[in-house]
Amino acid sequence: MTSAPIERTSVLRRIRQAGKALTTPLSPDDYLALVNPLWSQRELRGRVEKVVPETENAATLVIRPGWGWRFDHSPGQYIGIGVEIDGRFHWRSYSLSSAPLVEGKTVSITVKAMPEGFLSDHLVNGLEPGTIVRLASPQGDFVVPDPPPDRMLFLVGGSGITPVMSILRTLDRRGTLDDVVLIYSARFEEDMMFLQELRELSGRHEGFTFHERFTDVDGILAPEQLDDVCHDWMDRETWACGPAPMLDAFTDHFQRLGREDHLHVERFTLATAGTEGAGGSVTFGDGGPTVEVDGATTLLEAGEEAGVNMLFGCRMGICHTCDVPLAAGRVRDLRSGDEHGEPNEYIQTCISVAVGDCTLAL
Amino acid sequence: MAFADVREYTHLTDEEVEAIGRELDEIRAQVEAERGQADRDHVTRVITLQRRLAAAGRITLFASMFPPAWLLGTVMLGSAKILENMEIGHNTMHGQWDWMNDPEIHSSNWEWDTTQPAEQWKHSHNYIHHQFTNVLGHDNDIGYGILRMSRDQKWTPYNLGQPVYNALLALFFEWGVALHDLDIEAIRKGKKDPKLLKKQLKQIGDKVGKQAFKDYVMYPALSGPSFFHTLSANFTANIMRNVWSYMIIFCGHFPDGAVHFSEEELEDETRAEWYLRQMLGSANFEGGKLLHLMSGQLGYQIEHHLFPDLPSNRYADIAVKVKDICRRYDIPYTTGPLHKQYGQTLRTIMKLSLPNRRTTDNPAPVAPRKRRRLDDSERPTRRSELGKWSAAASA
Ligand code: FES
Repeated sequence: MTSAPIERTSVLRRIRQAGKALTTPLSPDDYLALVNPLWSQRELRGRVEKVVPETENAATLVIRPGWGWRFDHSPGQYIGIGVEIDGRFHWRSYSLSSAPLVEGKTVSITVKAMPEGFLSDHLVNGLEPGTIVRLASPQGDFVVPDPPPDRMLFLVGGSGITPVMSILRTLDRRGTLDDVVLIYSARFEEDMMFLQELRELSGRHEGFTFHERFTDVDGILAPEQLDDVCHDWMDRETWACGPAPMLDAFTDHFQRLGREDHLHVERFTLATAGTEGAGGSVTFGDGGPTVEVDGATTLLEAGEEAGVNMLFGCRMGICHTCDVPLAAGRVRDLRSGDEHGEPNEYIQTCISVAVGDCTLAL
Repeated sequence: MAFADVREYTHLTDEEVEAIGRELDEIRAQVEAERGQADRDHVTRVITLQRRLAAAGRITLFASMFPPAWLLGTVMLGSAKILENMEIGHNTMHGQWDWMNDPEIHSSNWEWDTTQPAEQWKHSHNYIHHQFTNVLGHDNDIGYGILRMSRDQKWTPYNLGQPVYNALLALFFEWGVALHDLDIEAIRKGKKDPKLLKKQLKQIGDKVGKQAFKDYVMYPALSGPSFFHTLSANFTANIMRNVWSYMIIFCGHFPDGAVHFSEEELEDETRAEWYLRQMLGSANFEGGKLLHLMSGQLGYQIEHHLFPDLPSNRYADIAVKVKDICRRYDIPYTTGPLHKQYGQTLRTIMKLSLPNRRTTDNPAPVAPRKRRRLDDSERPTRRSELGKWSAAASA
């Protein structure tokens, strides 16, 4: 979550360094934030400007980011947002639904309240405009190259529309919405986000075909039905975002036909490489507790289990809130299967498991 | 307090000791469950106040060639440093605010406005002192390796100088703390790992450099014609902070009634007995809200030692319950006004500069060996750093 400070000139950098000498051990930002909370890039922050309802249970949050924010995200990327509820910060990640570099210097994310997700519910129903939130820089590679391929297909289910919306808006703005098919499934009409805008978009662009699919009536789109909806899908570069079963089904289908290179998938849940560390005894900080950890339990979970208070955000490896230096030993990244073991290397505890004994510097 | 009085605590049966432990666990669980907005508001308010005070002090000192500005600026800066060290830094590094999951107020990355690097403090204080509280030979906070604070520590002619060392320690406390985790004792005995020593010295060097550059070069230079006035003001503010924190910290374990322990005590100690050791080894002082704020709530030293990682603003309420436990189980609860507590501490320092045969009473008795040995199955689970010892860890 700590992004590298953005100094546009070396003068600015030198001023910042001099400032740091005056405010050590704090940073100048800590004092500037007293005047305006957005004047801090120690932690990226933003102010919620507007909460726009999209459907019954989804809303778009328009956020004005503070210092240190770069507006050059790629459409399709997501950001982390940290919100304080009853004294405690909770982090989640959401796709940006806004196109990059919009006027007014705001970004927006669209959040759907999940039945069990108290944070998404709070974001949709409880966030007052003016609230200061923490932000983590845009990340993710669910992006469309620039210039885009000639023919594109988007397969979307439910809230998977948000990153695609950002992509479509960008294509629209750049005038490159020439041959694009969107197949968007939601349970019923009122549950479909951005419906009006998408209809309007397809009215304006001849090259943009918008298939609305309501699963309450039509059922879930099976990969075999693709030919019916989009006969030339085999000629298209495809992006898919939605619930995991849908993505699994399409991934299999594309693989069977040897077209996996033309499918780009965004998953909202942690996908692990299926490798396990061997486990070992892990020590949490100098003189801290030592516990036996198996090769499947993340260091974050193990630490929490042992009563250690550790920082966390997304718990899926994208926000870096959980980073701590590794004092000794080796760990494995569950997503990639890569091992890390440089002394004092920062590791993400939420997606790392122990490979033998190790010590975290807390 | 005479040695025999400590026996007040050996009157407890094992069942009673465990019952006390359970009551304290319950207090802890309750506070953990209640933590919320009000606690966050407390710490963010104090942080805001502290930063404003520091900024105002620094700015006022640009005019430090005028004596009223010098005085006002020094007091503001000194108070800001005290607030930062005591109520903010000390408590944050204990993990008292970690539950907020806020990276800007978190024990893992807080660095405080003093010469000791946070990382070393978390070892020497959070771990060594809070785990081995008042155990002779283990707790280096007993006299800070400089003063003889117990009759059970060997007397040497060096100790005749205690009144002088004590005054110097008070004035330059920051430096005593900075060198604390090096463990001079171990270095002297040649037991210190040279690699660790080198690493620690470098950390200290970096931190000292930054702190000194700020206070003694940058701000004086910015004050231009007031250079030397600002320099002296900053020096004075640091001394102010040093003397204050020295006094508060010495009042935590050295007033009459606070007990020292022998090494054997540790061996088969249960969690409940650990609680008891904290209660008997610590001492409180009384005063108003402002006094408690400026001392980082360490007037509630007993409560702090029982629950080092619960939010400091809760200690006043916890104290009511702890006092009640002490009353019901007939356990001493050492407290008194600040001047009395410090007076007793000072008297002990003076007395123990002399060999035992020159003095009569024992101001800091060593608790008698506990009743019986436990077998392995009865031992507590491995103790974590006590600052993080939550219910989950002991389960
Ligand atoms: S908690 Fe977000 S990366 Fe680990």
